[in-house]
Amino acid sequence: MTGKYQKVAYYPGCALEGSGHAYNRSTKAVGKKLGLDLVELKNWNCCGAMEVKNIDPKLQTYLSARNLSIADDMGFDTVMAPCNGCYHNLKKAEYDLANDEPSREVNTRLSEKAGHATYEAGKVETIHALDWIKHSVGEEGIKERVKNSLKGLKVANYYGCMYTRPRHIFPEKDQGPGTESTSKPHFMDEILAAAGADNVEYPLKTACCGGAHALSDSDTSTKLVLNLLETAEACGADVIATECPTCHTGLEMHQVRAEKVLGRKTSVKILYFTQLLGMAMGLSPKTVGVQENFSDAMPLIKEKKLA
Amino acid sequence: MSETPAMSIEDVLARCGELSGAADFYLTRDPARYADELLAMGEAVLVSWHVAKGNEPTTDKVEGFRLLALHRQGARGNPSFNACRETCREIVYHHNLILHDPDSPDIARTVRLGAMVVRHLALFIGGKLEEAGLGEFCCSSRPVRQADKLISANETG
Repeated sequence: MTGKYQKVAYYPGCALEGSGHAYNRSTKAVGKKLGLDLVELKNWNCCGAMEVKNIDPKLQTYLSARNLSIADDMGFDTVMAPCNGCYHNLKKAEYDLANDEPSREVNTRLSEKAGHATYEAGKVETIHALDWIKHSVGEEGIKERVKNSLKGLKVANYYGCMYTRPRHIFPEKDQGPGTESTSKPHFMDEILAAAGADNVEYPLKTACCGGAHALSDSDTSTKLVLNLLETAEACGADVIATECPTCHTGLEMHQVRAEKVLGRKTSVKILYFTQLLGMAMGLSPKTVGVQENFSDAMPLIKEKKLA
Repeated sequence: MSETPAMSIEDVLARCGELSGAADFYLTRDPARYADELLAMGEAVLVSWHVAKGNEPTTDKVEGFRLLALHRQGARGNPSFNACRETCREIVYHHNLILHDPDSPDIARTVRLGAMVVRHLALFIGGKLEEAGLGEFCCSSRPVRQADKLISANETG
């Protein structure tokens, strides 16, 4: 086990306290099962998500930087953010503070006004839940802990668009063997394969889920999600594994909506990768929050003897 | 004068629906034709975007493909356009996969999946056109815009 990520600061972000609660629950449960420590940031705030970023990108940089500053104050050099939006925004803030003087000025001014230490780039590394598990436990560590193999479960691994985009804010990716790829990400594939899953080749693993259209143009979101679901089924997948609460919620809700509005039923199930990994390690479906999902995966879970 | 898209986004969506639902015997007859068609449909989608934005669509190629050049042109100054970067590259990949081994026993499946990837690009760009007020993709938003017109007419009239 790599000591570096054994104990990290945890930034759940707002989605994991609401619509993505099952992701929060399963991430914590998996961490505990793997012997990893997550210490939640004290008094964390919104990362700036899309709402603030669209209006004032430098304010978003400050909001994300404040969270990094809290991690630093708590003595951590690594913060783990399981939500793609949070992960993206914290990485973007890091990049902007390292490369953009006006962003640094705004961050300094607002930090002083708020009365806390100004975050300086380079102090805290932001990682995703996939990095955390991949680099702390790794495939071999997972194989040692598997109690209910995912063997026979065909999984389409769906990463969404924010995990790898834009490439310049992820300097650690595309660095050769062992690093993540921005064009064909594979960490989730490798983690679930180690738990026994039969991954399918899924050509839309980083394609748009329509999350940004969800409120303004829900028909577009439904059609995009329907295509993701139908393509996963055409690839032979039983399950789409997700690692982003926005994508996950969108897939689940628009799966229902596609049937109601467009009359197109799909049966592929949607589970967070942490839920699949947790059940593979012997955690119960309840412990990893399967009952909180819209998509009823219990018949499949029972059929595959994961419960 | 700006180029006219070879196909509208609606036509691309309809054709992708045909291909993704086609029987094996149909798709195995001339796979190379479908490889080119996938690429052409992807290009038509991005040409539609550029034309709607008032840009002259590039005829350049990136890594040997106009589709990738059209994507790069769209992403210039518009980072969110990169959300379809890998979708474009998957279309190129499926095109190459079909041409590389047209006799593969999986060829019909490859064509179908390629069509589903093109469909995603068409839906994504269609949605962006709608968001930008440049398209007529989303049926649910038409009444909204019609309502806007009514409000505008009442306010000015």
